[in-house]
Amino acid sequence: MASSFSRILSSKRTIGVLTFVGSSVTAGLLLHREHVSAGNPVRRSYPASAEYPDLRQHNNCMATHLTPAIYAKLCDKATPNGYTLDLAIQTGVDNPGHPFIKTVGMVAGDEESYEVFADLLDPVIKERHNGYNPSTMKHPTDLDASKIHSGNFDSRYVLSSRVRTGRSIRGLSLPPACTRAERREVERVVVDALAGLKDDLDGKYYSLTQMTDKEQQQLIDDHFLFDKPVSPLLTCAGMARDWPDARGIWHNNEKTFLVWVNEEDHTRVISMEKGGNMKRVFERFCKGLKEVERLIQERGWEFMWNEKLGYILTCPSNLGTGLRAGVHVKLPLLSKDPRLVKILENLRLQKRGTGGVDTAAVGGVFDISNLDRLGLSEVQLVQTVVDGVNYLIECEKRLEKGQDIKVPPPPLKQFK
Amino acid sequence: MSDNIENIELLGTIGIFVSTPDSNSPQIRQQGSAMPFGNTHNKAKMNYDSDQEYPDLSKHNNHMAKILTPAMYERLRSKETPSGFTLDDIIQTGIDNPGHPFIMTVGCVAGDEETYEVFKELLDPVIEDRHGGYKPSDKHKTDIDPANLKGGDDLDPDYVLSSRVRTGRSVRGFCLPPHCSRGERRAVEKLSIEALASLTGDLNGKYYALKNMTDAEQQQLIDDHFLFDKPVSPLLLASGMGRDWPDARGIWHNDNKTFLVWVNEEDHLRVISMQKGGNMKEVFNRFCTGLTKIETLFKERNHAFMWNEHLGYVLTCPSNLGTGLRAGVHVKLPNMSKNAKFEDVLKKLRLQKRGTGGVDTAAVGGVFDISNADRLGFSEVELVQMVVDGVKLLVDMEKKLEKGQSIDDIMPAQK
Repeated sequence: MASSFSRILSSKRTIGVLTFVGSSVTAGLLLHREHVSAGNPVRRSYPASAEYPDLRQHNNCMATHLTPAIYAKLCDKATPNGYTLDLAIQTGVDNPGHPFIKTVGMVAGDEESYEVFADLLDPVIKERHNGYNPSTMKHPTDLDASKIHSGNFDSRYVLSSRVRTGRSIRGLSLPPACTRAERREVERVVVDALAGLKDDLDGKYYSLTQMTDKEQQQLIDDHFLFDKPVSPLLTCAGMARDWPDARGIWHNNEKTFLVWVNEEDHTRVISMEKGGNMKRVFERFCKGLKEVERLIQERGWEFMWNEKLGYILTCPSNLGTGLRAGVHVKLPLLSKDPRLVKILENLRLQKRGTGGVDTAAVGGVFDISNLDRLGLSEVQLVQTVVDGVNYLIECEKRLEKGQDIKVPPPPLKQFK
Repeated sequence: MSDNIENIELLGTIGIFVSTPDSNSPQIRQQGSAMPFGNTHNKAKMNYDSDQEYPDLSKHNNHMAKILTPAMYERLRSKETPSGFTLDDIIQTGIDNPGHPFIMTVGCVAGDEETYEVFKELLDPVIEDRHGGYKPSDKHKTDIDPANLKGGDDLDPDYVLSSRVRTGRSVRGFCLPPHCSRGERRAVEKLSIEALASLTGDLNGKYYALKNMTDAEQQQLIDDHFLFDKPVSPLLLASGMGRDWPDARGIWHNDNKTFLVWVNEEDHLRVISMQKGGNMKEVFNRFCTGLTKIETLFKERNHAFMWNEHLGYVLTCPSNLGTGLRAGVHVKLPNMSKNAKFEDVLKKLRLQKRGTGGVDTAAVGGVFDISNADRLGFSEVELVQMVVDGVKLLVDMEKKLEKGQSIDDIMPAQK
């Protein structure tokens, strides 16, 4: 705690003591939930009832839980950085629903959003994360990859394996809210730290504003390049402002460990390889994450994390582990079986097309990954994917031989 | 040490303590502003130097990027209008949209009437650049007396498929589309519905709220080419005008389908008079009559339009100041459009071409949307006169080219 405070004092910022009317010192220093302040209320010209959004056509988690009463209670509040409820919910107001998934419909602008707007975010989190109750439960973090077993898949079926998560830098606003200078600060802090990685993690940073055409083409060919978000779910939240300023991609020379800077989160960390060695992918993932954390801590920074919500990210759907572990797997016979949806549901897995979220499957090849993010540890989630994918491959093999398959039993209900 | 921090109680005594590079004493500033819509949460940016916040405009080509300098940014970034609109809010669209292939875009928007005053250091040069040298001391002339238009009733309907005049109006006292809250936008809609409901005779009509219209109504409005959809142009979306769509947006039109008002699209009101064929005079007559009546109806309800003698009618985009008027035709110019002198002729006539889908679209089948390029510094009558005279000449040129004749002898002088 003390080191965080002294870091603020000695930073390059030209402010003195950063305080707010009627509140205690905040700015991301001390995150005991009891002491986080809401800042001075914002004055309104219209009553809350005149400002309440029309959500009658809407189907997202925010719309389900934002009652007029909660809106009236929260609409005048702001985080210490000035982030308001209207800003947090704008993406959900502008995007009534998604045909395949019930979207979250809101974002956080900073770490304090999860506290200041808890009256709305807690029920949203509970719905999204299977009943996880942030006010009473604790989230387990476990990055010990040695605990994974049977994590090497049959590569006749599994084409590639990947684990991703995100990390946010404490003290700096998140992509929906950050100023240009804050975003540049995130870039500086992260790139500095990544420059300290060695051996199989030795790599290079490519800033989106400065990469050469040749570098850009290589990154496209490697499937590493991310582009300005086009999904209105993201653009309506303000994440694409000032593109491509302070955005970039870092990857190791071996092209198996990748960090996106300032896309949908401060950082997205990805470990990937061709083939089915998920265990090795996860080992590298954990090692890389721990190294990066160590390196930023040496410089007086830390990741946003607390014991209720785990790692704090922009979208409430990514709280906890922020982890999506997945494979591209060939399941042509199973893909035509009407029981696939139920099988996946009971295995706590999700399918996507091979272009990622919002895409369709091509040629019987699916992206299969964990559904859950919060309330289970990284190890637990990766093991779930490992067990589940092994089961799916077994099903495919049985169907190849003309044998029947079984829908696995549903898992025990996780959170009461 | 952490205990001391947690125990500090600063109830009502200390605001944000910021020492900016050019001041010696701390400035107390209240957090929060009069307006609920918080794109102004960017007060957090005052925690950083101006240099750290200055946008990267190295690849940009719009009016804002040409005018803004680091020194200007530093002077203006701590200012805000009474409703809380800031410099960063103004320029966000210009940062996010470096350039347009066909037109030099403005790259900034206003969030309220006061924006043009508080940020005149940026906006006056932008206006000067965009509006042909219009100076901060210049006065704009308003003339919506249709009797002053000469001719305009005889554009050849074999070439001129339709004629249209549009402008915008902003209701004084409300924030503009980039900045307004839902409550404000709804209040503008309510006022507009009430005022428009009082129109009679040729202007008797009906309002269709975007979120309430039936499928049948929607299809009819599409067939009539009246329906506007959520903006897709990133120029508009980046400024925040698309928020809360389709809440408080709608279309009013008269029973004859010749006079149309859009509510809360890119401006509070867009007023459109249109009809098939080339009788621009009739279109302009109706335009002026309707506008004048609407203004009276708003005034009866104690609401004026935003107007001043320097900038004329105040609208969201600086490009629409003055008259906010775009008078145009859809005209068939397949030969003329392939002629090497086409662009030059348009320039001399002070006209602009667009595709028939409006701004950001391409021409289809040799049919162009031709309209006045100017908005400010000329009156409504003067601009419509330019369109009438200019389109007449273009059609004459098209006819000559059809016959294989040269157009050199009827090339216009620069207006």
